[in-house]
Amino acid sequence: MIKVNQLSKTFKKMPVLNNISTEINKKEVVAVIGPSGSGKSTFLRCLNGLEQPTEGQVYIDGTQLNEQNVTQIREKTGMVFQHFHLFPHMTVLQNITFAPMETHGKSKKEAEENAMKLLETVGLSDKANSYPNQLSGGQKQRVAIARALAMHPEIMLFDEPTSALDPEMVKEVLDVMKQLASTGMTMVIVTHEMAFAREVADRIIFLDQGAVVEETTPIQFFNTPSTERAQSFLQKVL
Amino acid sequence: MEEIIPSIPFILEGILITLKFVLLSGVIGFILGIGVALAKLGKSKALGKIAGAYTAFFRGTPLILQLVYIYYVIPQVTPWNIEPFVAGVIAFSLNSAAYISEIIRAGIQSVDKGQFEAAKALNIPYFKAMRKIILPQAIKHILPALMNEGIMLLKESAVISVIGVSDIMRRGQIVAADTYNYIGALTIPLILYFLMVRMLEMYGSRVERRLSYSD
Repeated sequence: MIKVNQLSKTFKKMPVLNNISTEINKKEVVAVIGPSGSGKSTFLRCLNGLEQPTEGQVYIDGTQLNEQNVTQIREKTGMVFQHFHLFPHMTVLQNITFAPMETHGKSKKEAEENAMKLLETVGLSDKANSYPNQLSGGQKQRVAIARALAMHPEIMLFDEPTSALDPEMVKEVLDVMKQLASTGMTMVIVTHEMAFAREVADRIIFLDQGAVVEETTPIQFFNTPSTERAQSFLQKVL
Repeated sequence: MEEIIPSIPFILEGILITLKFVLLSGVIGFILGIGVALAKLGKSKALGKIAGAYTAFFRGTPLILQLVYIYYVIPQVTPWNIEPFVAGVIAFSLNSAAYISEIIRAGIQSVDKGQFEAAKALNIPYFKAMRKIILPQAIKHILPALMNEGIMLLKESAVISVIGVSDIMRRGQIVAADTYNYIGALTIPLILYFLMVRMLEMYGSRVERRLSYSD
């Protein structure tokens, strides 16, 4: 579903990603982990064209992502950000219905019905008419997930979705993501939640200094990491 | 003082002309200002340079000179015998657009970059995202600065009296010349401008309060 071929990215001569190749299959849940500054977020942002690779290619469903087809490719991907990025001047319901109505030309009624269903699945039906500033961090992130799902993506990208949350709110977001994974959604998750990655991911990609250091199953990665770098990382975070 | 009383309605009629002038120039200047701001922030280097030069020119020369330049030069170089009111609207729109574009540029840049990215990730087209997501947030931040610009425009509009538009200022001057009663003829415009600015200010703070719901 996603194929990454020798992807490199430099910011003003600073190498951020270095020759990354991987494939992500349909219905697979992949957790990308690694120390801060290892390029995890940049890698994720290359998958929906928020960053352009300096070298290498990203293929979505066999089509190479480029500047011309970036909107078509984004039709297939939804993204959830660390800092939510809800539209503050719109209600929860408007946040979710805006893109389906303006981009897909859905009727207001249809968009709202779908939005209410999504709000129910993330457990926030009662917040439809609230503004983002009236919600807790965890609630905001659940709305952001519903907003992305409203565009019917085939792939969901999560960029540290729980890193900006109070510890008490992490679980409610992770539960929604677990539920989403169980529906067979293809997911790429940049995260620091090791327990979550171990439980939900089918595969772990461990990045350090912009390169894939280890790519394996969670069981193998967490129990018997093969590289020294992964071993020392896990010692510090577990 | 009595000799001024019959002339009061004549001066008051200038309110409509001044208001019409300020509203037209303000709206055109605002729309133009958004365009110039987008050109400054856009991808095209050429458009950005043109927008920069435009701002530099209109901020760098006196408004009154721009006004008389347009009023006297256009009829000399084109067959268009331009009316004073129209010349005034052109000069004031172009001039205020230069200032407003800078205010709006700063406003757009003050909106969290994440808002652009969220809009992109949701595939919302650029101009739609600007109009419905970025600009509403930007305008909330820059409302006080825009209000300042509106007040400036309202007061500076008195300058169009020099090319013969019969606004409040011009009518005050006519009455003064007629009656030799300078204190009466010029105090009435003074009060009128002051009251109009006060009303604009009060309207501005009401809008500001109304927009603060999402803070």
